[in-house]
Amino acid sequence: MATAQTTWGGAPSGRQRAVAERTQRSIRRRRVRSHIMIGLMYAAAVIAILPLLLIVIHLLRMGASSLNLAFFTQTQRPPGEAGGGMANAIVGTLILIAIASAVGLPVGIGAGLYLAEKRATTVRFLADVLNGLPSIVMGIFAWSLLVKPVKHFSALAGGMALGAMMIPMVTRTTEEMVRLVPISLREAALALGYSRWRTSLSIVLRTALGGIVTGALVAMARIAGETAPLLFTALGNQFWSTSLRAPIAALPLQIYNYAISPYDEWHTQAWAAAVVLVGIVLVISLAARVATRRRYGAGD
Amino acid sequence: MSPHDDATAPATDRSGPAASGAPAIRIAVDDLNAYFGQVHAVRHVTVALPDSHVTAIIGPSGCGKSTFLRCLNRMHETIPNARATGKVLLDGHDIYAVSPVAVRRQIGMVFQRPTPFPTMSIRENVAAGLVVGDRRSNRKQQHEIVERALKRAALWDEVKDRLKTSATGLSGGQQQRLCIARALATDPEVLLLDEPTASLDPISTQKVEELIYELRTEVTVVIVTHNMQQAARVSDQTAFFLGGELIEVAPTETMFTSPSDERTESYITGRFG
Repeated sequence: MATAQTTWGGAPSGRQRAVAERTQRSIRRRRVRSHIMIGLMYAAAVIAILPLLLIVIHLLRMGASSLNLAFFTQTQRPPGEAGGGMANAIVGTLILIAIASAVGLPVGIGAGLYLAEKRATTVRFLADVLNGLPSIVMGIFAWSLLVKPVKHFSALAGGMALGAMMIPMVTRTTEEMVRLVPISLREAALALGYSRWRTSLSIVLRTALGGIVTGALVAMARIAGETAPLLFTALGNQFWSTSLRAPIAALPLQIYNYAISPYDEWHTQAWAAAVVLVGIVLVISLAARVATRRRYGAGD
Repeated sequence: MSPHDDATAPATDRSGPAASGAPAIRIAVDDLNAYFGQVHAVRHVTVALPDSHVTAIIGPSGCGKSTFLRCLNRMHETIPNARATGKVLLDGHDIYAVSPVAVRRQIGMVFQRPTPFPTMSIRENVAAGLVVGDRRSNRKQQHEIVERALKRAALWDEVKDRLKTSATGLSGGQQQRLCIARALATDPEVLLLDEPTASLDPISTQKVEELIYELRTEVTVVIVTHNMQQAARVSDQTAFFLGGELIEVAPTETMFTSPSDERTESYITGRFG
């Protein structure tokens, strides 16, 4: 650049003054551009979280009046009768999450560990495809596999469908977390006379556990609100039921059924159910945050 | 590890020096070759490592010295596409004829960077190498083993009041001595050190060097080092590697005063590397 000719000391030449002026102008222009960009990004961030805020406010305004003790302790009343609650749907959703986790976590973590150790690109690709599979397709598939042969809907079928949706999510987070464990730790364990599987389980998996727990909780939060896979599997239930072999109520299904009903008090209850569902997801997400924070903490 | 059959025993005699009064051979390496895919990283190495001696391995970067070391406890083969041929006899028994897990229990290893297990306390780290049966047998016994290993690694006084805290809270030098303690806890016959002081400050380096010097009465030590002064300070015998070949092996004093190969001489006088 021209500034290379600058002589140190002495009065600046006309040419140097021109360069300095141009630099000043360029800096000013850059500063303006920087401010505009930062402003745009702030706007994008606000727009991104605005829907959540609006949803929560709207849900509370529409449903808060129905959120009483009865809502959490009673089951459905016939239409027209005031009161009643969704205790069965709340418990049903928790049971479905439990079944899904029992299916999805061991398989997902095992597959993730396999991917991280073997670098099997085909399996990873298939997991990605499974991750992108529309949930309604998963529901139909679960129906033909788990409902049609036994000729009745069941909590088990619903939980399995949700569990199958969890598998690819858990697989990918497990793989990423295990990859973060340095090879030097694996080698240290092998050099101590650990077998390969013991190295994977007691050193690699244990070191990656914090991140895997976070991933598992995020996957649980994701499937808690799924409706489509439950339509053909868990079906829903007006009555109190915790049997795994019978149809079971679930909050998303209940919201759907109540929302399309013609009764006003059911509509309010649907809003209240939505509040509870968002609450459950929020609690799981918070647990994930806590688990993550402990991972980066000072250790035990 | 169960003793291997005696078919391999004569090889020990062949590679051991015939001189009377020479120490017993702990490890005899016979025509060892190591490969990474097509790359021939260690070429036809034959060498004897005497019992209760420190052998230093020196040589420029990429000369195969670390790879050679990793062949001695079968860590080399854990790398994809890596393989080794030839014989490595530990007390006359071919380590490539038994399971690698059994080999690694008898031959401890410490790496360039400290590798404490981050999820474990200091005590758990030291006890990590004890086999499951041992660990369950007796808590008190286990504590004694941990204490003895930490004392041998000259770390006990610094950590005895914080055995239950995380090992990641220790300094780099302490972590490296912890790794040495962890390797010693299983009572190995041989300790392999792969540039153990490369990531340490001078004071920690000195502590580790003193430790190596003291350990040699109890275990056979093989240390890879970039630092020729270190080799001169801690070792009894020095081996010089160049281009994957073992150029020369001799008592350390001879090696640094009157090496027989001119390549060794130009390396140790700093003409290359």
